[in-house]
Amino acid sequence: MKKDDVPQDLSSLGKITKEVCYATDRNGKYVTELSSGWDVKITALDTAWGDIEKRIAAAKQQVIDGRASPLLFFIEYRLMDIAILAGYTGFWKWQIKRHLNPGVFNNLPDNKLQKYAEAFNIKVEDLKTMTVHED
Amino acid sequence: MKIDFEHRQAAHCESGVTSNLLWNASGGKITEPLAFGIGAGLFFAYIPLIKINNGPAIAFRTMPGHIFNRTCKSLNIPVARKKFSSKEKAQVFLDDCLNNGHAVGCQVGVYYLPYFPKEYRFHFNAHNLIVYGKEGDNYLVSDPIMEGTNILDSYQLERVRFAKGALSPKGHIYYPKENKDITDDQIKQAIKSGIKKNVYNMLSIPGSFAGISGIKNTGLKIKKWRDKLGIEKSKLYLAQMVRMQEEIGTGGGGFRYIYGAFLQEADVYLPGNQLTGISSIFTKAGDMWRTAAVHAAGIYKGRIGSQEDFNTMGDYLLEIAAVERAAFETLKKIKWQ
Repeated sequence: MKKDDVPQDLSSLGKITKEVCYATDRNGKYVTELSSGWDVKITALDTAWGDIEKRIAAAKQQVIDGRASPLLFFIEYRLMDIAILAGYTGFWKWQIKRHLNPGVFNNLPDNKLQKYAEAFNIKVEDLKTMTVHED
Repeated sequence: MKIDFEHRQAAHCESGVTSNLLWNASGGKITEPLAFGIGAGLFFAYIPLIKINNGPAIAFRTMPGHIFNRTCKSLNIPVARKKFSSKEKAQVFLDDCLNNGHAVGCQVGVYYLPYFPKEYRFHFNAHNLIVYGKEGDNYLVSDPIMEGTNILDSYQLERVRFAKGALSPKGHIYYPKENKDITDDQIKQAIKSGIKKNVYNMLSIPGSFAGISGIKNTGLKIKKWRDKLGIEKSKLYLAQMVRMQEEIGTGGGGFRYIYGAFLQEADVYLPGNQLTGISSIFTKAGDMWRTAAVHAAGIYKGRIGSQEDFNTMGDYLLEIAAVERAAFETLKKIKWQ
């Protein structure tokens, strides 16, 4: 890539920091050049987030329909899976799978709910009501 | 307390951390491209069995941790490294290092890294940054991919040092134990051994998931994605590949440009081995990866998407595999002058 061809399409990262790219100057010598983003990467990231939004919406619907506990929603919302959540909470995976059942979830004691809330970086109240605050 | 340390932005986190931690010891000689090349950083692997964000794991660089390790080992620099089961002990150890005047590398997860924009926060646990001081409850952080430095309070730092999921860092901390002088002779030897290791990784790892055969195999697989996965999933997979190839931390062109820069710098230490000429092949390979990315973007944007378009996509990778094979075969045959 030539130095003059280093793309400068503004990405969400570009608003916070430019990134270093390696490119060649007129004499073919490698130099570093800052880039504020590239359209091809921006749409790749958008594609990934589009899929995540779909998964979150589907999880939300399942909770509303009473087919899953709010844990499912927050797992998707925080881009986690059961293994990652097990890591953060210290619960076993089979326990989390059990807690995905709304009936079981509704009877969980506060100390267990607190562990989940901490893992998701939310309040226990928000966990129960599936409330999100932008952060 | 603050340590004599200067933040320098880099393309890639681990080679940036390595270069910055060795800056004083090497008198600024171990640049980012040299660290990347001596650490045999260039790679390709396609591992469908490991899922990342619901897509296949595709890597354009070597395993996390290898670049720092190899670079220090090749330059004969003793390394201190530690992982922890206790968060408290991890913090005490970090504070002790800082009190003893060591800036230290830390492996972290990016999901709860507060200075990253939300769009970039995934459960990716192989990010690296340097902690170079502490003021009150705040740690001074030099993240090589950022233009400036940042501050994390002790809770924020603990949270990213103990991020969970695949490759969880477990408080992983590392630094060069002594500021040994690094001689030009050592650098020459290290360059040769880095190239040798990278040749092995790209040409000789058995199986078809890694190295040149991995690129070729992925190209063949992509041609079947449309039928096998359906168009929507294929789009996600291609977007995932482009992100691993081009996103922040790669220097562009799936790390091929950094490697090209490495070979040019290596040529200054080891003239008469045509390294600058071989560098230009990697520049070409990087350009080809980017052309392929533009084509992939056409597919995941939905502008194109016929079987013919997937065949073209697969062919790009087959061509790249041929070019990179030739480049590494040439590196393999060098009789060092």
